This record gives sequence, structure tokens and C-alpha cells, in this order.
Amino acid sequence: MSNPTIKNIRELEEPLETLGYDFGFTRRSFVQILGAGLLIFAAAETGFSQPAPEEGRRGRGGGGGGFGGGPVKISARLHIATDGTITVLSGKVEGGQGARTEITQAAAEELGVPASQINLILADTELCPDDGPTVGSRTTPSTIPSVRQGCAAAKKLFDDFASQSPAGKKLTYADLASDANFIEAAKQNIPRNVIVSAVSEWKILGTPLARPNAHDVVVGKHKYPSDQVLPGMLYGKVLRPASFGATLTDIDLAPAKAIDGVIVARDGQFVGVAAPNSFLAQRAITALEGTAQWDSPSHPSSKTLSDYLRKNARNIPANPFADAIASAAKKLTATYEVPYVQHAPLEPRAALADWKDGKLTVWTATQNPTGVRRELAGAFHIAESNIRVIVPDFGGGFGGKHTGECAVEAARIAQAAQKPVLLRWTRPEEFTWAYFRAAAVIDLTATLDENGAITSWFTTDINYGTPGIESPYNIASKHSEFIESKPPLRHGSYRALAATANNFARESFMDELALAAGKNPLEFRRAHLNNDRLLAVLNEAAKQFDFSARRAKSDSKKIGVGIACATEKGSYVAACVEVEIAADQTIRVNHICQAFECGAIMNPSNLEAQVQGALMQGIGPALREATAFENGKITNASFFDYEVPRFAELPMMDIHLLNRPDLPSAGAGETPLIALAPAINNAVFHATGKRVRQMPIRLS
Amino acid sequence: MPASISFTLNGKATTVEADPDRPLLEILREDLHLTGTKYGCGEGACGACSVLANGKRIFSCSTSITEVAGKSITTIEGLASGDTLHPLQQAFLDDRGFQCGYCTAGMIMNAAALLGTKPNPTEAEIREGMNGNICRCCAHTRIIRAIQHATELAKA
Repeated sequence: MSNPTIKNIRELEEPLETLGYDFGFTRRSFVQILGAGLLIFAAAETGFSQPAPEEGRRGRGGGGGGFGGGPVKISARLHIATDGTITVLSGKVEGGQGARTEITQAAAEELGVPASQINLILADTELCPDDGPTVGSRTTPSTIPSVRQGCAAAKKLFDDFASQSPAGKKLTYADLASDANFIEAAKQNIPRNVIVSAVSEWKILGTPLARPNAHDVVVGKHKYPSDQVLPGMLYGKVLRPASFGATLTDIDLAPAKAIDGVIVARDGQFVGVAAPNSFLAQRAITALEGTAQWDSPSHPSSKTLSDYLRKNARNIPANPFADAIASAAKKLTATYEVPYVQHAPLEPRAALADWKDGKLTVWTATQNPTGVRRELAGAFHIAESNIRVIVPDFGGGFGGKHTGECAVEAARIAQAAQKPVLLRWTRPEEFTWAYFRAAAVIDLTATLDENGAITSWFTTDINYGTPGIESPYNIASKHSEFIESKPPLRHGSYRALAATANNFARESFMDELALAAGKNPLEFRRAHLNNDRLLAVLNEAAKQFDFSARRAKSDSKKIGVGIACATEKGSYVAACVEVEIAADQTIRVNHICQAFECGAIMNPSNLEAQVQGALMQGIGPALREATAFENGKITNASFFDYEVPRFAELPMMDIHLLNRPDLPSAGAGETPLIALAPAINNAVFHATGKRVRQMPIRLS
Repeated sequence: MPASISFTLNGKATTVEADPDRPLLEILREDLHLTGTKYGCGEGACGACSVLANGKRIFSCSTSITEVAGKSITTIEGLASGDTLHPLQQAFLDDRGFQCGYCTAGMIMNAAALLGTKPNPTEAEIREGMNGNICRCCAHTRIIRAIQHATELAKA
């Protein structure tokens, strides 16, 4: 390794140029991990990282709509040991969303073996094919089909060999694991036309299989990234800047170095420590904080966030539908605002870094293992082939763990310490130095004709993004645009991305239009929808909730009901909500009735959990969550001040999963979140007559 | 200056040499290599670090090792009897009372404390008793069901 340096950490969020793959690992390392048997090839041979232009990226075995190539050869997807153990490999990660369960089911289904016979290794860049980052609800529509194809190809090979075996001898996978001809045959590419099992034939997919490593979780044995241990390991901590953008102008390292067993790593703006335990590491950081001098730039306040975003927005376009406006019976305009929101996974970022002979191994929590490897390569100026990233099943992501800053920091401290270093961010660090769900200012203008039909629709989303910005409604003239601004905080992905904000604005505004048109909000939506799948969930939620009757009945100032619907990433959702307004004007969600459809259901239990989780999690940003900042500091970087949902406010939830075995399965981690906030907002209006145009939705 | 502090840990007499101000959570995880107990916030706001001290829930992240001297501490690793899971562990497994599982140890330990004082809690009592524990995946519905189920398993 030559002249290792670390860049300013804030630069690392930018995409880094890849160095190309040149895996040099040997068969021996596989044998150690997987046991003897069907040979898995070095990645360079499998081609999974460098798919030919006509394959891989387009999805045959493809790892995700342009994300990752997926494996090309059967042997890169699975390994059969001579004892019959089948190890399936995927670059996806498990952060609680159920990838481990569903990939196991998919493999077992196609291989024709019980799920218990599958050993699934996830997200080890040295072993697993690059299935792309675990983002965008892509595991279900991209990785699952890829796994099924690879395993179906292996099963076909098995069947071919079995049919040629001497009569009376029943072949097992174990028999074939040492068969040289089978091993040779498994080097073949996963055939383009391999036939996977029909949904009607599913025996393992479609069932509520439990998470395979659930037992380890309930006995405290599962090792999360923050639980990783290596012999001789030290505990790291990082000196954080005094405020966002602050520059370190002077520091005396001596007081920290004087603490017994403490090692200090200084590299430009970066200062980190390692110590035999976290207590000593913190003592060293406290000593460093005492001597550090910072130059802090000015930074905007969350109190004036919307003004700041609008002022810094680039070229807000004019409404293109001047004619429609001129001839409209009514024109409505509104602005909706959403703040920065925390992901707050319960396990803060953690990484264990170990340098050995110029090679770096990092165990960390990330949704993007190959991206983290790229970040590390860029930060240390070493080849990716010298870096291995392993992602143990971790404690929550929600779109908030796409990056590798903690891994880079741990590796830099470990380099200085010349020992393995475990770095676990604290909650205040996670609340401050991770990235946030973006804030947005959304302007909407729509026109109605004399019959109450929408004739034009124009939306601009300042600062957040395009997901969910397109209206699913049947409107002759509609146009939406995302407009970049100058984000004051580091923002990034979040569960459902900008669809959380854009659907909040659109579905709330739909109710404003319904009111202006003198229509019931349900009927108003129906009148503008010709999407059968969206109509199906809307009708189901309304029916199960008894929306029309409850809407007509609940005219008290305390109780209101609202409805909203949305489609995103190939799945469809509608929510009906009842809220209750307390005397102090706080809003309580009493009841959520949600219908959700994502094609063929692969695991009804896991799907229900995802929908329940999305709804309960979504109550936080809808009613309370907002990141507050002032003078370059987060002022509510604590679970006492930033209040996420808790047991006391769990509403009645009835969830209706519409199974469509005739349609391909779509992901379900995100879309179940996006109809809730507008449904709550519409219910609040119904109860109070007061239209709130911001999240969190507050009356006082 | 390190001090010698003795307590009972999962039924075994235990003595550690440690700075008296270090939190119990850190001693459990870093000195005694029991990593089942989790860090979530460091200030008793999330419950991930919950363990039992003489049967009562404490936040091990904000309890110094000195404070547990002479007490009986139970962690998630000490809850099962050999291979037989504690009713709460079995119920969390059966009812899938978690998604990522990072909050699970704290949930189970706090629920154990709750059932210690209220063997047959109402749903309202479960909600109130568990309100100090955060589940970010939001498996609350199933956690409540698991605790209710555990009360039945405990009777069986």
C-alpha cells in the first residue's frame, strides 16, 4: 500500500471511480468456508462483475435493473458440498426486511429441497455475486428471479445427471458434488431460457417461512456488525467537527496520547482514536475536544428551511398549461413542505476493520457492499481486489445505510493502530453525521372544469426528487418536475425516497380539489382513475374500512376519516385512516385500514410484517419527526427529543394483502409507507376543517 | 483507577477489574464478551440495553458497573434453561416478534421484568410497560402478541 490517505469524509458521499475487478483469491479460501465440493470459481471467471454487454445488465440472471450484474455461471450462485449442504450466495443484505428468508425460499423452491437444507451466504464481496445494492425494493423483482434461475439451472443439471445414472440408484446432490463431469457442467452459464417453477406449483415460495436465523436472534447469539470481535481488537472513536462544515485549525494530540493504551490517528481533518475499551477511547476523544480549535462556517436554521430551499432552487419553471388555466372553472394552488427526517436504525453504524498483509477486511452494516468496497478503495488508494467487505445481518437500514463512512473511519484508525479496530457510532453521531431523508418544498397547481374534473396538473418538487412525483390520475394535461436546490444537510435515500413527500402533497391536494369540486374524496379519486390495480386497492381499503359510511357519520370535531392511494415501484397501496384530535390539539391515529398489492405474494408473513412496520414507522414522520438544526448542529439528536413511534400509540391496523399470482412479484419494503401520511392529513382536515400543508402534521 | 467489583451474572459469581465509572453495558460486551445486550442510545431512551438487576429492568448503558455490585444481573444469554428457551424467547420466535432483531434482547428482558410483576398483563399494561423500548422496524403488533402468548406458555 503506497501513501495511504483519507479524504475529507464529506467528499466520500460522491461516487468514486471504480478500479475494476481482479479477484485473486484461491480455491482454498472457498473450501475453508464452504467445504469441499462443487468448485466455485474466482469472480473473474464467473464474469459476474463484468457482464457481457448483451447479458447480465439486462436482467438475465440480472441483479437489479442496472444495479449489479448478477452471476453468469451456475457455480457462482450456489455451491454443493460433498455432505449435501447447499450454499447459496447473494450480494444482497439482510437488515430486517426479509431478504434472507425470501432468497432461501426461492433457492429451496427451485432446487426441490427443504428450506432447512439451504445455507445462505449474503453480502460477502469475496464470495457472493454482485446482485447490486439492497435498495429500491429490487430484491424481489430482480434478485429473486436471478436466484431462481440459477437454482433452476442447477436442478435441471441434476435431473439430467440423475436420468443417466444406473437404474435403481437414487442420486442426491451430495453424490454429484464430487462428480467431475457435474462440476464441469456447472461452469456453464445460467441458460437464458431456464424454466422456473410456476406460481401454481410453489411449495416453499408463497408460504410463511420464518427467518432462518431467528433462533440466534432470540437467544442473543446472532453477531450484528457491532458485535464483531477479532483477537487483539481495539475500540475506535472519531473526533467529530464542532459543527457542519467546521475546519480543524489546531489541535494538541498529546493529552489523548498520554492515556494508557490509546492510539491517535490524525490525517488532515480526520482525527480518530483506538483504545483497549470504549471508555478509554471516549476519554481520549474528550481530551481531544478540549484542545481542538475549529473554524465554523455559518449554516442555515431548520426554522427557515423552506425559504432557504426555495431561495436556492434552480430555475423554477412556469406552469406550461396557461390555456387550461384561462378556461378553467376553478384553479387551486398550494405549497406543501416536508422537513429532514432521520432513519434512526436501532443499530447505529458499525464497522470492524482488519488490515493484514496490505489487504483490508471490513465487517460492516451497509446496503451497498460493493459501493463500500469502492469507497474504501478510493479513500486508501488501493485496488478493490485487496478489499473484502462482509455484511452480517444488521440492525435496520430503511435506506439510511447506503454508504461506508464508518468503514472508512474504522479502517483509517486500524491502519494507525496496526490492529483490528471496531468502530461503533454513538446515537448522537448517527443522528448527526449519517445522512437524512431530504426536505422538500412542493408547489402544486391544478384546474377543474365546471363538472369538477381535473383539467390540468402541475407539480414542482424542490430539493427532494422524482419518485412519486408523477400523478397516477387520468388528467389530460399534467406535468411534474424535480428542481434541485442547495441542500443544507447531507441527504440521501430513505424508505420510499421522495415518494413519501410527493404522495403526501399530491394526495392531500387531491382532497383539496375534491372539496373544491364538491365531491366525496373517494368518488373524486375513482372518477380520475383508470388504473385497475390502483382502483382495486382503493376499493378494497374503502370497503373494508367502510369509508363512505364513516365519512358521512363522523362529523365531530374530534374524529375524522381520510383516504389516500398511491403506486410506486410496481406495487399498489390505499389507506383509510381514522384520527382523533385531543383537547390540546394533538393528533392520534386510531385506526388504519390498508390494502396492498404487489403481484404474487412470496411470503405472506414477511409481507404482512413489512406492511405493519411501514405503517407504524410512517406515523413518526407524519405526526412528529423533524430534524431540527441551528448553527451547524442538530439540536434534537436524541430519542428523547426526536420521538419515533412507540407502543403507546400503536393504532388498530387491519391490513388486506391482495394476492395476484398471475403477476410478477414486486418489492414491498417501501410502497406500504406512502399512502399513510396523506390519509392522516385528510382525516385531520375532515375532523377539524383545517388544511395542514406540512409534515409533520400539527394543529398547534 | 480500576476497582474490583463482584456481582452475580446469569447465576454465576463474577468479579471484574474495571474503572468504576464504566457502564455495565460496556463491561458485558467488551470485557465479558456477552454481546447479546445492545447499545441503542446510551441514555436509557430506547431500551435496547435492558437487562435485569434483581429481577427489575435496568438500562445497562447508563448504569455504572459500581452500581451493580452485589446484585444479580440477568442478560439475554442467561434467560434460557439449557436448550429450553424461556417462554418469552419461544413466543418471540413463534410469533416473529421482530424484523431486524436488534431490539429483541431488550424487548425480551423488559418483558421478563414486566411479567415478573404482572404475570397476566392486559394489552394496555403491555403497551405501557413496553413503552420505554423502541423497535424501529415497528414490529409492535407482533411483539404484543408474543408477550401475550408467552404468558400462556408460562402457565403450560
